[in-house]
Amino acid sequence: MATGLTLKELSKKEDRFTHGHRMCSGCGAPTIVKMVLLATEYPVVAANATGCLEVSSCIAEYTAWKIPWIHTAFENAAATLSGVETMYRSLKKQGKIDTDVKFIAFGGDGGTYDIGFQSLSGAMERGHDMLYVCYDNGAYMNTGIQRSSATPLGADTTTCPAGDVIPGKLRSRKNLTKIMAEHNIPYAAQASPSHWMDLMKKVRKAHEFIGPKFMNVISPCNRGWRSQTNDSITLSRLAVNSCYWPLYEIEDGITKITYTPKDKVPVADFMKPQGRFKHLFSPSNEWLLKKVQEEVDKEWTKLKKQAECGC
Amino acid sequence: MAKVVAVTGNEAVANALRQVDPDVCGIYPITPQTDMMQRFASYIANGQVTTESILVESEHSSMSACIGASAAGGRVVTATSSQGLALMWEMLHIASGDRLPIIMPVVNRALSAPLNIHGDHSDAMGARDTGWIQIWSENAQEAYDNTIQAFRVGEHMDIRLPVMVCLDGFIISHSIERMEYLEDAEVRNFVGEYKNFLPLLDLDKPKSYGPLILTDLYHEYKRAQHEVMTKVKNVVLDVAKDFEKLSGRKYGLFESYRLDDADIALVILNSAAGTSKDVIDDFRSKGIKAGLLKPRLFRPFPYEEVAEALKNTKAVCVMDRADSFGGYGPLFMEITSALYQLKERPVLINKIYGLGGRDYMPSHAELVLNELNEIAKGGKARIIKEYLAVRE
Amino acid sequence: MKPKGWKDLPPGSVVLEGGSAVRFKTGSWRAYRPLWIKENCIQCLLCWVYCPDMAIKVKDGKREEFDYDYCKGCGICALECPGKKGKKAIEMTEEGT
Repeated sequence: MATGLTLKELSKKEDRFTHGHRMCSGCGAPTIVKMVLLATEYPVVAANATGCLEVSSCIAEYTAWKIPWIHTAFENAAATLSGVETMYRSLKKQGKIDTDVKFIAFGGDGGTYDIGFQSLSGAMERGHDMLYVCYDNGAYMNTGIQRSSATPLGADTTTCPAGDVIPGKLRSRKNLTKIMAEHNIPYAAQASPSHWMDLMKKVRKAHEFIGPKFMNVISPCNRGWRSQTNDSITLSRLAVNSCYWPLYEIEDGITKITYTPKDKVPVADFMKPQGRFKHLFSPSNEWLLKKVQEEVDKEWTKLKKQAECGC
Repeated sequence: MAKVVAVTGNEAVANALRQVDPDVCGIYPITPQTDMMQRFASYIANGQVTTESILVESEHSSMSACIGASAAGGRVVTATSSQGLALMWEMLHIASGDRLPIIMPVVNRALSAPLNIHGDHSDAMGARDTGWIQIWSENAQEAYDNTIQAFRVGEHMDIRLPVMVCLDGFIISHSIERMEYLEDAEVRNFVGEYKNFLPLLDLDKPKSYGPLILTDLYHEYKRAQHEVMTKVKNVVLDVAKDFEKLSGRKYGLFESYRLDDADIALVILNSAAGTSKDVIDDFRSKGIKAGLLKPRLFRPFPYEEVAEALKNTKAVCVMDRADSFGGYGPLFMEITSALYQLKERPVLINKIYGLGGRDYMPSHAELVLNELNEIAKGGKARIIKEYLAVRE
Repeated sequence: MKPKGWKDLPPGSVVLEGGSAVRFKTGSWRAYRPLWIKENCIQCLLCWVYCPDMAIKVKDGKREEFDYDYCKGCGICALECPGKKGKKAIEMTEEGT
C-alpha cells in the first residue's frame, strides 16, 4: 500500500536522509533530498556528484544517508550510477538479487549542466533505469559561488562579478530540462521544494517508468544568492510564480505544465530579496533587468505553446 | 586439455575474459585495445557470456561505471590504452582508494602529443602511482595467463585492489603467436566464484562509498592502503604457484633469464625482452656472461628480490620504453632504488628505446650489450641516460 | 571522539554505518531558536516538510517539539507557518536568551 501523499502519512515514514548533516542553515538541497526519498516507495540506492550535498552529507565517519550511497567524482554521478544499475541488472538476471530497487543520482548544477553533462547525456542515452535529480542552485556553490551554465542571466558570482564595467553574467542559462527531454527519455520534469506535492507526484510518476528520468529542482542557496536563511521556500515559490522556474513535465515528448501561477509576478520580485541581483536595480543596469524579464516571458510563452499543441 | 592456437594478444585476452565471464564490463574503443573488447562484445551478442556491458561514452565514464558496478558487488572488467588510460587517470586513484578489484587489460600505447597509436609504455607508466597492481606481459601467452591470475590476485580477501595487465600495443595485441588456452572449466574453477566485500547492493546494511576526509584522517587512510600493497607480492606468488599446477607454466615476480652468473644484464619489460633473450643467447655462445631481468610485477615493485637478482652483475642497462621528461626512465628509477640498498652494486645506465612503436631489433640489444661489456671491463659509464637508435 | 589509528579504519574509506550523522549534533550552530506556540498550531506539518534538518519531531502524524539537537535556526518554519487566524505557531527568538 503506497503511502498517501499527505504530510500526515508521509511524516510516519523513516528518515532515509538524516539530520546531523553539515549543509548550511536554510539550504534547499537537504529539503529536496528528503522530499525525493519520502516520495519514493522503494528501496533506493543513490549516487552523488561532488558538491555541497555530497561533502556535507558524508564526512567520514558520519553519513546522513541511511540508504546505500556512492560518491566517486565530480562529473560522473550518472556514469557511476549507471555502473551500479548495470551490476544490479546483471545480478538480477543471474537470480542473485530479487528486490525492486530504485536508482537515484543527485548532482548540483555544476556537476550536471557543466562537467557532468557528458556522463549524464551518456547515461540517459544508454537507457539505464535511473532517476537523475539535479538540485539547481545556479552556481558552483561548494567552491564559493562560481558561475555555471545554470547561473541566471545578470547574476553576480565570484567568477562573473557585477563590476564597474561588466554587470555580472551576460549569457543566458542553459535549458537542461529540455535538452534532457530531447534524449527521448520517458520522463523529464522541473520541480520546486515550495510545491512539495507537485515535486513528490513527479518523483512517483518518474519511478513508474522504466528507463532514464531527469528532474531539475530549484534549490535556493542563501549564501550564494545572498538571501536570508529563512527565505529558501519563499524564494523558490517566487521563482515558480514569476515563471522564472516553471513547473512542467515532459512525458514521452509531450509537454504538460503542472502549475500555472494565478498571478504571474515580475521576475524582479524573485530577484529583489537576493543580493546577487542587487546591481540590476541600479538605473545603469535597467536594460539588463528588462532583458531578464523578456527572456523569462519568452520562455514561458514558448512553454505554454508547447503544452497547448501537445508536442 | 590445453588447446594450442595461433591468436593475437587481443584475441587471447578477450578469450580469457570470456572464460572468466565477469558480471559487468565497460566498453569504449581506443586503438590498439579496440578489437579486444569488440571480440568480447560479440561473445555477449552470441550469448557466450552472461556479462552485462555498458557501452560508455568515454573512458572516464568507463572507469566511473566500473567503480559503481564493482562497489555494487560483482566482477567487473574493462580495457583501454594510452589516451583512454590518461583520461580515466583521476578515476584510477578512486578505484584503488575504494579498494575495488576491477581487472583491466591495458594495451600499451604511446601518449600524445604528437598523436601516435603504436606501442610503448608511457601510458601504464604514467599510472604507476595510482595504487593499481601492475602485471606486465611479454607475449600473448603471458597476457592470457596474467589476465586469469589477475582475478585471483585482485579479489583476494586480503587485497581487494584493482589490477592492470599490460601488453604491448600492436606488437603483441595484433601479432599472431602460438600459444595454449586452458579449458573453460579450468579457468572458471581457478578464478572461482566472486566473493563480495562491502557491496553497495546489500540493502540491509546501507553504507556510503567515497566520503569526504579531512586532514585528520587522510594520512592514515593512505597508510592503510600502503599496508595492503605490501601484501600483494606474496599473493602474486601464491597465485602463480596454483597456476603452475594448472598450466605447467611458471611465473614469479619477474623473470631471470640466464642471470645467475651474469656479468652484464639488461632489465627490460614486455615484448622487447623476448627479442633480447635471443641476443643474450648469442652472447652466451660467444662466452660473454650476459643475462636479462624481465619485471612482471611492477606495482608493487619487488625491490629486495630485484636487488638480490642483480647484485653480482658488473654492468646493467635498464631499457625503458617510456620516458619521464626531466628525469630518468621510470624503470631505471625503480632499479636504482632497488640497488641503492646494496653496498656493492653494478654500474647502471639507462636507454630509452622503442617509443611510439619504433622497432626494437636484435641489433639494438647487441649494441647495448657490447656497451655493457666495455663498461664491465673499464668500470665507468660513457653516459647514463641515452635514447637508443634515434636518428640525429 | 579519539582520533583513529590507521589499523582501525574501515577498508576503502567506506562508511559502514548508514545514518551515522545523527551522532553529529548541529544544534550548536544556532544563533536563533524557534519556539512552538502550540495553541496557534493547526498541525498542517508544513514546517516538518520544509525543515532542511529534520528537526521537528512528529509522532502519529502530529508535530511535537523541535529537535533542538539538530535545529540550525534557519527560520524557514517560522516564515512558512500559516498559523491560526493570523497568529503564527512558530516564533524565532535569539539563542541563549
